[in-house]
This record gives sequence, structure tokens and C-alpha cells, in this order.
Amino acid sequence: MNGLIPNFYAGQLNGDLKINDVDVKGKSTAELATHVGFVFQNPENQLFSLSVERDVAFGLENLGIQRELAIERVNWAMEVTGITQLRNKAPYELSGGQQQRAAIAGVLAMRPEIIVLDEPTSFLDPKTAEEILKVISRLNREFGLTTLLVEHRLDTVSAYANRVIVMDKGKIVLDGPPETVYDEPARLIGIGLPKVTTLFHLLKRDGIPVTINPITVTQASEALRRISGN
Amino acid sequence: MSLRFVEGFKFTRIDSPIHRMDPRAKFIVTLGFFATSLMFTNVYVLLIIFLAQAPLIILAKTWRRWSRSMRGGLFLGGFIFVMNFIFGTSLALSIAFTLRFFAIMSAFSFFFMTTSADDLGLALDQIHVPYVVSFTFTTAVRLVPTMALDAQTVVDAQRSRGLELDKGNFLKRIRNYIPILIPLIISAIRRSVELAEALESRAFGANENRTSITTLKLHRSDYAAMAATVLGVVIAIYVYFYLPLPNLIIPFKTPQLF
Amino acid sequence: MISVEHISFHYPGSPDTLHDISLKIDDGEFVAIMGENGAGKTTLVKLFNGLLKPDSGSVFIDNVNSRDKSVAELSRQVGLIFQNPDHQLFAETVGEELRFSLKNFGFKESVIESRVTSLLTALDIEKYVNASPFMLSGGERKRVALASILVWDPKHVVMDEPTIGQDYLQKDRLRNFIIQLISQKKAIIIVTHDTEFVAECNPRVVLMSKGKIIADGPAQSILTDQTVVEEASLVLPQMTQLTRSIPELHAPDNIIDVHAARKFFLQALKEHAETQRE
Repeated sequence: MNGLIPNFYAGQLNGDLKINDVDVKGKSTAELATHVGFVFQNPENQLFSLSVERDVAFGLENLGIQRELAIERVNWAMEVTGITQLRNKAPYELSGGQQQRAAIAGVLAMRPEIIVLDEPTSFLDPKTAEEILKVISRLNREFGLTTLLVEHRLDTVSAYANRVIVMDKGKIVLDGPPETVYDEPARLIGIGLPKVTTLFHLLKRDGIPVTINPITVTQASEALRRISGN
Repeated sequence: MSLRFVEGFKFTRIDSPIHRMDPRAKFIVTLGFFATSLMFTNVYVLLIIFLAQAPLIILAKTWRRWSRSMRGGLFLGGFIFVMNFIFGTSLALSIAFTLRFFAIMSAFSFFFMTTSADDLGLALDQIHVPYVVSFTFTTAVRLVPTMALDAQTVVDAQRSRGLELDKGNFLKRIRNYIPILIPLIISAIRRSVELAEALESRAFGANENRTSITTLKLHRSDYAAMAATVLGVVIAIYVYFYLPLPNLIIPFKTPQLF
Repeated sequence: MISVEHISFHYPGSPDTLHDISLKIDDGEFVAIMGENGAGKTTLVKLFNGLLKPDSGSVFIDNVNSRDKSVAELSRQVGLIFQNPDHQLFAETVGEELRFSLKNFGFKESVIESRVTSLLTALDIEKYVNASPFMLSGGERKRVALASILVWDPKHVVMDEPTIGQDYLQKDRLRNFIIQLISQKKAIIIVTHDTEFVAECNPRVVLMSKGKIIADGPAQSILTDQTVVEEASLVLPQMTQLTRSIPELHAPDNIIDVHAARKFFLQALKEHAETQRE
């Protein structure tokens, strides 16, 4: 499978909390839930309750957290993901973006150190996808969560990631900051690089003195200005 | 016909005193109507029991849907009446049985229209039904709209490949449902697996003692409703055993056909 | 030709999902219908094969009113490929899956076999002819679903969100396949919100928002119009954003894909270098 994982690196990654088959076998999934949160692709299949508030509290209730603390965490998680006003709605009354936020809140409430999201923007339109990515980025920047994102659509995600892991046929083949990883070899594997990156690869081949692999439009335009300015 | 019938048992979130009542109290009330309906075969009493629910229905602001579902139940009610009457039951008694059907159906419709599956799950929890049971129930209810949409999509997809569900003899029609059932079942299984994964990652089953952020509390109005129901049942029992009642007598019997 | 004339449609119990829509799609056209989730795109295409009939106005498929024909009859002309292949896969083998629709439409046995074989080859899944469709990967299942619709050679093909969950290589393959279909003079309609994919294909774009068509024209004009793009909850293609961010290079206003951008920048930078030398 040709997967791609931008990795948000935030401070210390505790050694024994690797998302790694070996470690997981030693602990039950329930135990791991407080350390590693998972958000799945399809928001519909990870909302269990008939109200958003109950859903966000679900994990905490399972863990036997005391009522007052649980309510506090639920309110906090809903506030961070921007869904406080939806607390009494049922999952099927929500839009795709709102559902994803609710799923993220439900995982966030358990206060994991690491959060993994499997193609969370797959079913969302571009504008909503950007909003969700902003929420996810906030988790990383403001709250220090190590964030692992599995994604195909790199155009917008790359800007938020400070590390990219590329897999091909079950092995990790590239690992590093996006500017380094998004070089020719990545393109040859067949990854959908951001259009600006591909453009610069082509311009480089055409003889333009390109020195970087831009991952955002801003980077690309600055680079072009520099080149034309010289 | 059938869809309107089912609508009378669907929950909608409305703000009414009845909706705010504790589900346990509501269930006692429903049971009260149920028990008293079973007790009597007197047409007048059954009519009173049936009509006594009306103020509650109005208070719950579900009058329109309730009356629609009653109309939906006319077919079944009529069936009960006709079956009884043909096989020799007196006209009055047949009417009584039909009224009893409506009284019971209405009582349960009242309960389900005003109680969300979530609250029901909570109530079951608080009377110490195992969590797995109440969770299964709530999840099943939660999945109904989702799976209904799935079913519609599968039907659409297969019809778009030329499948015609309304043609052919009986056997062919049944076989035509295979391309509908299989994707539905597979979808349901896939969905369940995904749900299970999500459950696991939210620590489902981690702790024997599950907490809940919402708890049901019985208020004065709930106690009052329950007390009123108990009183009503006691009166009913008294009436049944000690009071002679005028009954509807219609001197008409079906000719002996059998 | 698909012709939609002033149609409105609403689902029972909801307000209008589609409001006074008019649209004409000729044979051999490539159209991308885009818009936010809930704009009414899927509802609109379901009117093309009769799954839904309009409340008011009419839909004409090759001059036949959709109200006058059954879904099966209309599907013969308009093949609709749903977003999730799992909603239609049911047979024991991939071959059976493809034969299903041909049997429904009453094709002759000899024709059935030859069509099945050719489609399997065209989509590179012939080795799976006797495999169970459920055992295949997501991308392969999507190809089986695609094959099972194309197998009866519909005159017009509609694809609902064909790029969701597909990686770059798969999307590239899909794009090439669409180009093949267009060369066969089929009208191809894709419902999508994947702006970059559409930018690479450069079709005609119909933008929808809240049940109305808000823009209709070539991709280069529509996808570069910031106002309507935002109204439809989309984002300008990266190349457009890039050219707009360097106004001093005076890029034409309609660049949406990498190749056009490359051509332009190559020329602009070379010219710039020459003027610098002077």
C-alpha cells in the first residue's frame, strides 16, 4: 500500500509509547486508549450516542472517570474542537465536518499523549477539510499532542506537518521534514505531492535555478520572487 | 398504512412536560394503562381508559402524530374486530376487544414517542440491567436511520444496473432481493467492525464500574404521576370486583356460519 | 444529450433540495459537477437515470422525458456509478458481478461473454475474473464497480465522487481512463469536490451551492473565480493561488494546472532573465 504519514512532532516522544505492534501486544487496547487516541476515516461509524455530549463523554464513562471531572473534560474537548453549541444534537443531524469534530473531541477528552487520525478529511469538502486540519493542528501546537496523520491529499496537510514518513510496500522509505522528503524520489514512488512541489521539480529539470522544495504556495511564491529578483 | 403506524413509536425531541418526565415514571404510567385495559371487557370502561390518555398526548404535543398512527392502526384494529365477530363473538365484545387494542397501542405509542432511546438506556442502567444490554439497544436505535439510508442506496445502485424489483413472478421477486440483501449485510458487518474498532479505542469495557455524566432523577411530578397511576389501578380493581357496570348490549349476532 | 429544464425537487419532509435547475450536456462532453456536501449534486444526478423524478420541470435523456421511462430503461443509456462500491457488490465472482447487469438488460449470452472479457481487460482486472469481489482491495473493488457499469456500454456515464480514498497513481489512472471514454463520444459527468483533480482534467465545471447552479463554464474560468469558488465551499487550485500571489509576473488569469503553470513560469523567468541582462 502506498500510504503517507505526516508526523507532527511535539517535544518528547516517550520511548515506550510507540505505535508499534510489539508494544501494543503487551497492553490491552483499553489501557492504551488513554495514551493513544484513534480517529477513523468515517465519522459516522465512531459516534455511538444519541447526543454529542454523551458521545464525547463515552470514553470517559468507560474508564470510570468521576462525574465532575468527566463533565469538565467533555466541556473542554468540545470547546477546543468548536462544537460546544452542538452538545444536544444527535450524530445523524450533524454535517460531515461536525461529525469529525465530535469524533476528535471524544478522543481528545481521554487526554491521550498521542492522537492518530486515519484520513480524517476523506469525506469532507475542501473548505471543511481545511477547518478540520486547523483543529488538528491546534491540538498539536497548543496542547502538545503528538499527532500522526495518515493522508493521501498532501496539498493542505503538508503545511502543518513537521515530519513526513513515506511508506511503500509495507516499508518506511522516506522520513524527515517535508521540504527534504518531497524531493524527486518521492515523486517517483508515486505520491501525490503538492502541486507547487511538483511544479518546482519540473522547473528544476528545465534549468531554472531552484534550490528548495516548496510545500506551500507562500513558500513557492517567495522562491519565485527570489529567482526572478536575481 | 404501515409506515404511519410505525411513526407513532418514533421519538422526536420536543420540549414538553411529558418529554421531561423520568422514563421510569412514564413506563409505570404506560403499564397502568396496559394493565387496566387487560382487566376489562366493558366497552364503556375501555373507552374511558382510551380517552384518558388524550390529555397526556396533548400535553406531550404529539397529538397529530398520535392520531396519524391511530389511523394507521385502523387496519389491524378492523382486522381484530372482523375476526372476532365472524367467529361468533358478540358485537359488543368485538368492539371491546378492538378498543382494548387501541388503548394498549396508544399507551405504548405514548411511551416511545416521548422517551429517547438514550434515556431508555439510562433508565435500564439505573435499574441495574447489564450495560452491554442497554448499550446494544441504544446503538441499534442509533443505527436505524443510518442503515435505512444504506438500504436505500443499495436499492438505488442495483436499480441503476437494471434490477427491476416490481417485475416477475413470486419466486423471481424473492430472488431479486439477493443483490439487495447481500450488500446490506456486508455493509452492516463492515460497519459493525468499524464501530467495534472505534469502541475499543474508546476503552469500551475497560472498567467494571462505568460512570455516567447524566443521571436520571425522579422529581415531584414523576412521583405524582406514579402515585396517580397506582391510584387509578387501585380504583380499577375496586370497580372490577365490586361495582356492577352498565354494559353495551347489541342484540345482534352473526348467523352461525361454522 | 441530457437536458434538464427548470426542475425543482425536494425529499419528503424537507425543503427544496434542488431549485429551478436548468442544464444541458451534449454527447462527448466532460462535465464536473462540484459544490459543498449537501449542495444537491448527488440528488441531481439521480434524476438523470430516473431514480428520482422531478417535482416540477422535466429531465430529457436523448429527448425522452425521464417521467415516461423506468429506471431500468433510462439506466441503459445513463450509467450511474455510486461512490461506495460496497453498496453494489454482491456476486460470488467478479465475472458474475459484471454479468449481472447484462442479464438484467437482456443481452444475448454470446455478447455477454465477450463484453465481460473486454471490460476486465480494459480495467486490468482479468486475473480476478473468478475471485470473490469481497476479497479485493478498496481500489480494486472500485474498478470492479466501474467495470460492472461500463460493461453494458451506456451512452452517458456518471461517476459519484470517484476520487475519494484513491491515491495519486489511482487518480492518474482514472483520469486517463476518462479521457479514453470521452474519445468514444460518451458524455462523462463526475460529481466531486476534488478541485486539484478537476484542475488537471480541465473539463466543463458546473458549480452548485444550496440547490442552485451558481456557475457553469470551462474549468479555467470557473475555478479561478474566487467568489463562486468560495460560495461552493471549494478552494482555488494551488497553481491559481500561486500565479495570483506574484502579480508582478503578470500571469494570465486562467492557469489552474501544473503544466500550464510550468510553461508560463519558464517563459516568464527566461524573459525576466533576459531583461535583467540588458
